[in-house]
Amino acid sequence: MQNEFIPLLLLMLVAAVICTAMVTLSWVLGPKKNTPYKASPYECGVQPAGNANERFPIKFYLVAILFVMFDIEVVFLWSWLTVFNSPLTGLDFKIFSFMEVLVYLSTWIVGYAYVVRVGAIDWDETTSLHPEKLGQTAQEAN
Amino acid sequence: MNYTIPTVDWSLVLPFALVALTGIVALIIETAHPKRDNGLIIGVSLTGLAATFVLLLTQLVLPPARTFGNMVLRDQFSVLLQLICVAATAVCFMFSDGYLREKKIAFGEFYPLTLWALSGAMVMVSTDNLLMLFVGLEILSIALYCLAGMSRSEARSEESALKYFLLGAFASAFLLYGIAFLFGASGSMSLPDIQKAVTGLTRDTLPMPVFGVMLVLVGLGFKASLVPFHQWTPDVYQGAPTNVTAFMAAVSKVAAFGALARVLVAAAPLHQYWFEALYWIAIATMCIGNLVALVQKDVKRALGYSSIAHAGYLLVALLAYTRDPDKVSLGTTVFYLIGYAAMTVGAFAVVSLAAKGDRDGSRYQDLHGLYRRAPFATVMLVLFLSSLIGIPPTVGFFGKQLIFLDALRTGLVPLAIVLAVNSAVSAYYYLQIMVAAFVSEEGAARPVSRKPGAGMTIGVCVCAAGVIFASLLGGYVQETTRTAALQAKPVPGRVQNQMEVINR
Repeated sequence: MQNEFIPLLLLMLVAAVICTAMVTLSWVLGPKKNTPYKASPYECGVQPAGNANERFPIKFYLVAILFVMFDIEVVFLWSWLTVFNSPLTGLDFKIFSFMEVLVYLSTWIVGYAYVVRVGAIDWDETTSLHPEKLGQTAQEAN
Repeated sequence: MNYTIPTVDWSLVLPFALVALTGIVALIIETAHPKRDNGLIIGVSLTGLAATFVLLLTQLVLPPARTFGNMVLRDQFSVLLQLICVAATAVCFMFSDGYLREKKIAFGEFYPLTLWALSGAMVMVSTDNLLMLFVGLEILSIALYCLAGMSRSEARSEESALKYFLLGAFASAFLLYGIAFLFGASGSMSLPDIQKAVTGLTRDTLPMPVFGVMLVLVGLGFKASLVPFHQWTPDVYQGAPTNVTAFMAAVSKVAAFGALARVLVAAAPLHQYWFEALYWIAIATMCIGNLVALVQKDVKRALGYSSIAHAGYLLVALLAYTRDPDKVSLGTTVFYLIGYAAMTVGAFAVVSLAAKGDRDGSRYQDLHGLYRRAPFATVMLVLFLSSLIGIPPTVGFFGKQLIFLDALRTGLVPLAIVLAVNSAVSAYYYLQIMVAAFVSEEGAARPVSRKPGAGMTIGVCVCAAGVIFASLLGGYVQETTRTAALQAKPVPGRVQNQMEVINR
């Protein structure tokens, strides 16, 4: 049983040696001319502008999180649907599993209703936020 | 397709279904009128918890049962632990009202999330299937990560949520990896099957289950904050809102020890491989928890380290049980958990009075003058802290005494001595907290502490009743868990053989 894993170990060893060699050699052999431009963060070849520590809207993040959650919901639904649709499935199981899925979906619907209600995926902040909280933006708008 | 729908005994899942449903109802109330019906949310949550509590009480006398293809197990052990969790959460809800208002934390998110976390903890203690245990742990943890970061204006709260999340995810990975190994070794996720499979293994087949058990213990040790895996505890306990800390300290620990007990019982045939490791972990947990607590300058941090130390005491009780289940009852662990939940939640409840504005006053000097503003709560704080020290009429004393006697009875004399010495050491920092509450507020960093509301008074009274009267339950708990323990008895023959390994 042990012998089966020797090729795998060898592969790991070779990979480690090659990787270490590549990184170390380029570090040892490569010329080191440091310029300020080189030391600056890479921003697609353009000179970096502004501070990295600035505020940015997290709407995209919230939408991404919600997307992942509903994506997972679809994954579960899909596997259920495959069985549900099969001609081999008995009526008993169809009714039973349909009820189960309804219960499962209801939790998602409640969550979605809450998310919409508190304005988590509201793209236009001016409709959901209090005018005072908009601060600068509100004054600029006027 | 010959799939027959399994007959399901819904009464087994009803307690945690009810809790989860209460959470959903609370969320619907919030959705209907955001930030309006705070009182209604509290009312619904407490009603749901009360109903669950009564339901669990009626189930306490029922014989052990399984359902959902053996995924859910109900025995006296699980029902008792669920009762502790539900009661602790109810007390957290009672005193949260004033605290949440003071710190402007959204009610509509705190109550549902806490209820769902509770349902996860209840799932965790009422199963002996590793997969179900993992699902319960994740339901508990994910809600707790959000709850820890609930106080959004405080950087410390955010930080604690992130730390808890990263380390928690890491620990979950350990647990899952261990479960995979145990599944590989035994072909089953169910702990009784694993116990059967790992009995009488040979030298070649041993490494896999041993490795699996170790990884599972790491994962659960993180949740129970045993020493090498405890680093998150003080930071998270300090940073999280105080009511969340109270919930975390009580419910999360009860769930972790419930799961740990079942895993250790199933791993009893491998006793000789993990016993000594856990033996030293117990010593380290007790000593480091108490010694580091001595130099803390923050009450919540000190109580965090105290909870680590108490995890050590609980581990001693579990070790004594797994060593000789005939002489020692699992009831000691359950009894200590009852007392621990009551005194810890009570202490955090009183400490939460020190919050002012959107800041969490939790340094020792922030407690100054508490006696003048809230004399009743301060006297109760003294009671809870005496119980944490282990002063005689309180439950803390009887719990520690039981653990001490169990350790002596099973020949774990060094553990018993370390426990006794640690109890004496711990008195120092508990007394410091007491003194801080009685110092007058002149010279305090900032005059603090709200007047306690009615909810706080009731919650503190419930905890005080627990601390004083739980001792009367001692015999009953021991007797009840004895019937439950039949469900999960370690294999005695093998355990006896391991004795000389420890005694050498």
